[in-house]
Amino acid sequence: MNSTQHSELLDNIIRGTSLWEDALYRLRQNKLAMIGMVYLIFMVIICLLTPWIAPYGYEEQNLRLGAVPPNAEHWLGTDTFGRDMLTRILYGGRLSLLVGFIATAVALVIGVTYGAIAGYAGGKTDNVMMRLVDIFYALPYMIFIILLMVVFGRNLLLLFLAIGAVEWLVMARIVRGQIQSLRQQEYVEAAMSLGLSPAAIIIKHLIPNALGPVIVYTTLTIPNVMLLEAFLSFLGLGIQPPQSSWGVLISYGVETMEEYPWLLIFPGLVLTLTLFALNFLGDGLRDALDPKASKD
Amino acid sequence: MSLLSVDNLSVHFHTRNGIVRAVDGISFNVEAGKTFAIIGESGSGKSVACYSILGLVPMPPGRFESGQVMFQGQDLLSLSEKELRKVRGKGISIIFQDPMTTLNPFLKIGDQLIEPLRQHFGMDKKQAWQKGIEILEEVGIKNAAQRMNAWPFEFSGGMRQRVVIAMALVTEPEIIIADEPTTALDVTVQAQILKLLKELQERRNIGVIFISHDLSVVSDIADEIAVMQSGVFVEKGNCDSIFNAPQHEYTRKLLAAVPSEQKIHSYDADEVLIRVEDVSVEFAGAKGLETIKAVSNVSIDIRKEEILGLVGESGSGKSTLGRTILRLLEPSSGKVIYDGRNISHYSSSQMKPLRRQVQMIFQDPYASLNPRMTVYDTLAEPLLLHRICSKKELDETVFALMDSVGLARESVLRYPHEFSGGQRQRIAIGRAIATKPSFIVADEPVSALDVTIQAQILDLLLKLVEEYHLTMLFISHDLGVVRYLSDRIVVMHDGKLVETGSVEDVFDNPSQEYTRSLLNAIPGKTLLSTEQVQSTGDF
Repeated sequence: MNSTQHSELLDNIIRGTSLWEDALYRLRQNKLAMIGMVYLIFMVIICLLTPWIAPYGYEEQNLRLGAVPPNAEHWLGTDTFGRDMLTRILYGGRLSLLVGFIATAVALVIGVTYGAIAGYAGGKTDNVMMRLVDIFYALPYMIFIILLMVVFGRNLLLLFLAIGAVEWLVMARIVRGQIQSLRQQEYVEAAMSLGLSPAAIIIKHLIPNALGPVIVYTTLTIPNVMLLEAFLSFLGLGIQPPQSSWGVLISYGVETMEEYPWLLIFPGLVLTLTLFALNFLGDGLRDALDPKASKD
Repeated sequence: MSLLSVDNLSVHFHTRNGIVRAVDGISFNVEAGKTFAIIGESGSGKSVACYSILGLVPMPPGRFESGQVMFQGQDLLSLSEKELRKVRGKGISIIFQDPMTTLNPFLKIGDQLIEPLRQHFGMDKKQAWQKGIEILEEVGIKNAAQRMNAWPFEFSGGMRQRVVIAMALVTEPEIIIADEPTTALDVTVQAQILKLLKELQERRNIGVIFISHDLSVVSDIADEIAVMQSGVFVEKGNCDSIFNAPQHEYTRKLLAAVPSEQKIHSYDADEVLIRVEDVSVEFAGAKGLETIKAVSNVSIDIRKEEILGLVGESGSGKSTLGRTILRLLEPSSGKVIYDGRNISHYSSSQMKPLRRQVQMIFQDPYASLNPRMTVYDTLAEPLLLHRICSKKELDETVFALMDSVGLARESVLRYPHEFSGGQRQRIAIGRAIATKPSFIVADEPVSALDVTIQAQILDLLLKLVEEYHLTMLFISHDLGVVRYLSDRIVVMHDGKLVETGSVEDVFDNPSQEYTRSLLNAIPGKTLLSTEQVQSTGDF
């Protein structure tokens, strides 16, 4: 909403710096976080372009070749089926990142909505809603996911949902705590005295102010989710060959670690770097969004 | 010889936006048994000046540009952190503003009190404890021996400030820096604390540096006063000369900003807009605790277009009553009748059409605006919600609102954190009048603001009341402000109505004991009387 139609005034209008812009400025000062961000953007672009830039097809086998160490033709070597590792890592990245982002998005949507409602309602509603979270939290999530997988079969969509359904719990708690303290703020009371509906208050006044910690937690959830996927795939519950994810590649690499170490090293390296980048970015965002909490 | 002599002290902050000259070449002396007061508004550098002396200003970004601070024969600015620590507490101690946050909630009063004794004098625990009891008695805490074992939360605000003063005194310092020591306190408590400080100072012959934004408080206790603005002493002199013959423009402005009685508001006293009948508001306590009765059996009439001042100390239930009238809270019993309608138990959907007629202005302009919304969004929200104007007229209406509360149109797209406290309060007022309401509850709208700003906001409120034919419930703990603005006054104490009457009746002829004690506690009576004499002069 702005006032573009009043051009005679527009020349003089001073554009304010929103708290978001302020945070962005501080983020830019943080070298480590910026490196993390650039790396992530690079990874995402590469993974999006994989079908066009990958040197080989991901199912292309060359059994006669077998596992060879990195060379000029296969930069990162090949696996025991003679499949190009670079190609497999790129395709794996697509799935790993996809799982990371989508499952986190699922967690984000459920968690923020649920937490905001509980925090705003307070009293009995809040109590019931949060006890439910406690109960879910107490359930061993591995068993939950394994059960889902067993009942509904291995399915990529289900994997997203299952991981998201586990991760939203913490998100809901964070948001609920935030909303609860923001609720006491006078601007929320002011909004009530204006006659705004609870939904409007939550959406316009509460959630935007609660987003800081949520964003930080989100960047820290993505690596969690990716690890979880890697773990599930490692156990044979996640993504199955010939499709690959970093988790699948690592699990396979572990089996052949002694003979063909490059099958473990390269996917491990990529996963580690990505997790580092996400964590650096998350740390940077935390400092940028809450300048009081950081040292200077 | 002076206890402390500060010569040409400058402290600058080097920030990413350039150099801030927080303190810029000030000089003063503190004598034994005398009070040196520094007066200034927020951001004038008065606290930085005093804290930097003790090395309590972070360096960097702060830096001493010049100066010498002589205390006990040594220059404090040249001391190392370790040497300074010996001066802090032992030679010079500080009383902070907010007694609610200066005490560690996880330590017993006694343990906090004897800490500096053990630190600076190496006393054993028993000895120090005994000394602690003595000092608590001296600051007027009864049953001191038992109270040593109490936790901070068991004390009221005034009692806590006594404890803080005891902590400052326990090491027998030569100088005490009192940084707004009474600002967070109720007016009757403030009077007690000021009296205590004065007594202690005389008995122990200590030098006091008293930092305050409130001229009337200072007028009661200071021997010498420095008026500080933007890091510089614009004027320095004894009490008499500052108040009776101020030289500097800014001092005069400060003096003029102390509200005195001169009102122009008039209204028709007949029609009643809001009738509060026997209203009680209870809050359910936590399990096992009894319910808290914040307001009990209060009845008042608010007449059309009047400004009704509601006075009381913290915890008197005045804010609760205000919120109940607006139906942000529901009364436990009794009736709230607005314009003939009993709205006591209206649901929020029933209230919605009424919401455009009744509005609220809050105390803290830093908390009452959504930090992520521009002025435009904040002001447009009520306009759109209540369909005050069409989308096409929205921009014009927002600008008109900004005009009437005195905000520059250019700043329409700025965010709250880019405004000063006074400007933020203007935005909040703009939001409240956006729907052209007929009734406004103003809950301490100026108590978080500097005095000169206070006067501007009060005048703005008066202007708007006239312009919009508003009825206003003006809630405040500050009698001077209430007197300036109100037509009638209601006094509350402990949730009960104490006294109602016209301004003249309540101030000149209070019928209740409590009202009298409130009036007696107003600081700066000397100031008010000199001002009345002065007002015929060349001000």
